[in-house]
Amino acid sequence: MTAIDPTAHLTAEQIEELGRELDAIRDEVIAARGEKDAAYIRKVIAAQRKLELASRGVLLFSIFPPAWLLGTAGLSVAKIMDNMEIGHNILHGQWDWMRDPKIHSTTWEWDHVSPSEQWKHSHNELHHTYTNVIGKDNDLGYGIMRVDEDQKWHPFHLGQPLWNFLNACFFEYGIAAYDLELGKNLSKRRRKNPEFRERARAVGRKIRKQVLKDYVIHPLLSGPSFLPTLAATFTANLVRNIWTHSVIMCGHFPEGVQVFERRSINGETRGQWYLRQMMGSANISGSKAMHFMTGNLSHQIEHHLFPDLPSNRYAEVAVKVRALFEKYELEYVTGPLPKQVFSAWHKVFRLSLPNKEQPKPKVETPDRERELVAV
Amino acid sequence: MTSTALRSRAWKLLEMVTTPLLPSDYLDLVSPLRAGADLRGRIEAVHPETGDAATIVIRPGRGWRGHTAGQYVRIGVDVDGVLLWRAYSLTSPTDRQDGRVTITVKAIPDGKVSNHLVRRAKPGTLIRLDQPTGDFVLPRAKPAKVLYLTAGSGITPVMGMLRDTAFDDVVMVHCAPRPQDVIFRNELHGLVADKKLRLTEVHTETDGMLDIARLDALVPDWTERETWACGPAGLLDAAEKHWADHGVPDRLHTERFRPTVVVTGEGGEVTFSTTGKAVDADGATPLLDIGEEAGVLMPSGCRMGICFGCVTPLKAGAVRDLRTGEITEAEPGVLIQTCVSAAAGPCDIER
Repeated sequence: MTAIDPTAHLTAEQIEELGRELDAIRDEVIAARGEKDAAYIRKVIAAQRKLELASRGVLLFSIFPPAWLLGTAGLSVAKIMDNMEIGHNILHGQWDWMRDPKIHSTTWEWDHVSPSEQWKHSHNELHHTYTNVIGKDNDLGYGIMRVDEDQKWHPFHLGQPLWNFLNACFFEYGIAAYDLELGKNLSKRRRKNPEFRERARAVGRKIRKQVLKDYVIHPLLSGPSFLPTLAATFTANLVRNIWTHSVIMCGHFPEGVQVFERRSINGETRGQWYLRQMMGSANISGSKAMHFMTGNLSHQIEHHLFPDLPSNRYAEVAVKVRALFEKYELEYVTGPLPKQVFSAWHKVFRLSLPNKEQPKPKVETPDRERELVAV
Repeated sequence: MTSTALRSRAWKLLEMVTTPLLPSDYLDLVSPLRAGADLRGRIEAVHPETGDAATIVIRPGRGWRGHTAGQYVRIGVDVDGVLLWRAYSLTSPTDRQDGRVTITVKAIPDGKVSNHLVRRAKPGTLIRLDQPTGDFVLPRAKPAKVLYLTAGSGITPVMGMLRDTAFDDVVMVHCAPRPQDVIFRNELHGLVADKKLRLTEVHTETDGMLDIARLDALVPDWTERETWACGPAGLLDAAEKHWADHGVPDRLHTERFRPTVVVTGEGGEVTFSTTGKAVDADGATPLLDIGEEAGVLMPSGCRMGICFGCVTPLKAGAVRDLRTGEITEAEPGVLIQTCVSAAAGPCDIER
């Protein structure tokens, strides 16, 4: 959060021109995507399945420490691939253009306790539409944390470093609860809502299947390796949870990322929507392997601008997007993973306490509508 | 416990291990053509027939039930990464020893799938298959006299028949622009040399289009012949009228290839077939709004083309992407984002 609107120097026309330039980048990718992209996602899916199968195979002998290590590492990577580069991106509809019913946002299910249908609603519709709008985007602290000075402090926030740590460890359950909007729906009246109950049952079924697989069937199949395999699948889930939580924290919480007032998105134009995504997201820099393991969410800015473009294209898109940031003199928030994770955690700790000084003057988001009329 | 019950238990257990995927998702990695898998085929060879036609040799999966001569098969092919379905006539005889089947494809201008198959398809590629279908087939009881009336790629289902069943008296009238455009020409001439076929080639580039009245001269006993005709709509329309005028419409069997031309006007009537409602829509209002106003239960999301929360199957007709002006036509498996799509002519969406 900053007291000065970092986009104040842009005129309404400039913002719309920026929107047109971003549309052009999007159109270029759509015109170019084809056989190679399809081959890419199929290759990743096949690799993930082979890795998971091999790792679970090795874990049948997890009583031997080298097998435990190898299997656990492999399964952790397989689960991360499933959730990030494959699941998250397919569920965004990034691969719907292939018209392959097996790789489609409406049919895909992932290795995660939140059923894909519910996650798509809370993530794609709410978070991606209302990115970083206080009171509308629940991803801003997931309803349990305060991640911007403009969010109201409550004594509950004193514990937020602990909440955040627990959320990291059991992130998939955190997401399931979040997708169910448990906080809101557990009130007496809403609890009985049949629609909520049906959704809660769906989550229950998904949890049962996931738990049975990881903590009962697979260990049982391991025979004498029962306990080591149980520990292995637990560890793999833990690694996956902490990793995905860290990556996702880096997307919107690091210093330099802007949040927006509810009022500011009234009558938002396409250009203004793009600008909000640009200012509300942060990237992670790193190697190709790093980008891959984050499901290309290391290109969070590009992902938020074009959530339905295939993830393998974000790297090339990033070069063009960054040039636009420079052209329009905007800050492209990025940094290596440790730096961004530290920055996000630092914020979680800092904002667990009430604001030190008098609340800073609110972000002056210019009223675009009025400005347009003036022009 | 019976072995079937045991197997189904074992399968259930496997499903518990592979959840959220299915055991078949893993089996597909190693054995996509196995029994019990979704029906697929592997392209084994592509043989050019003419400058713009080729025969594709396909090894069908274990679930293939076999075809009847004259039938077609729907195949799903990835073209530029997009799965597209088309129907092609089977040209192989039904008793081919190696179990392979062939389709013969003519590349049509702007035909995405036909051009891909003729010019770019590679042996080894997996394709999706449907079971063969179609009632343009030979009857059980052999007719004494047969006439095949074909034009262009309309020869393909008939070639499947010619290769499959021999008749005592077969006449073929085939139209193609030039001699070198006649698909299967060598094989046809071989049949003529062996006296198994009488063939008239009409080369439309020099002879002009076939006037159906010329049949009297070309095949004087045509009214006595059981006739199978396949070709462009103009030829088939003329043939149907001609056979009806002579009081022998039952002797004529036809097969049409081209789908009805899609009307892409400004707007059109939108049918919501699941709900059973139809409303008029202009070409500028998103189908999502149209549906909601008509009281149809429409899934919706961001309403700006981003979240894919609103995707719906397009069953028939065409819609226009309001963002790009791009037209999407109905095909099996085509889903549209109703929030950014407007009617481009009459259409039917599955809500």
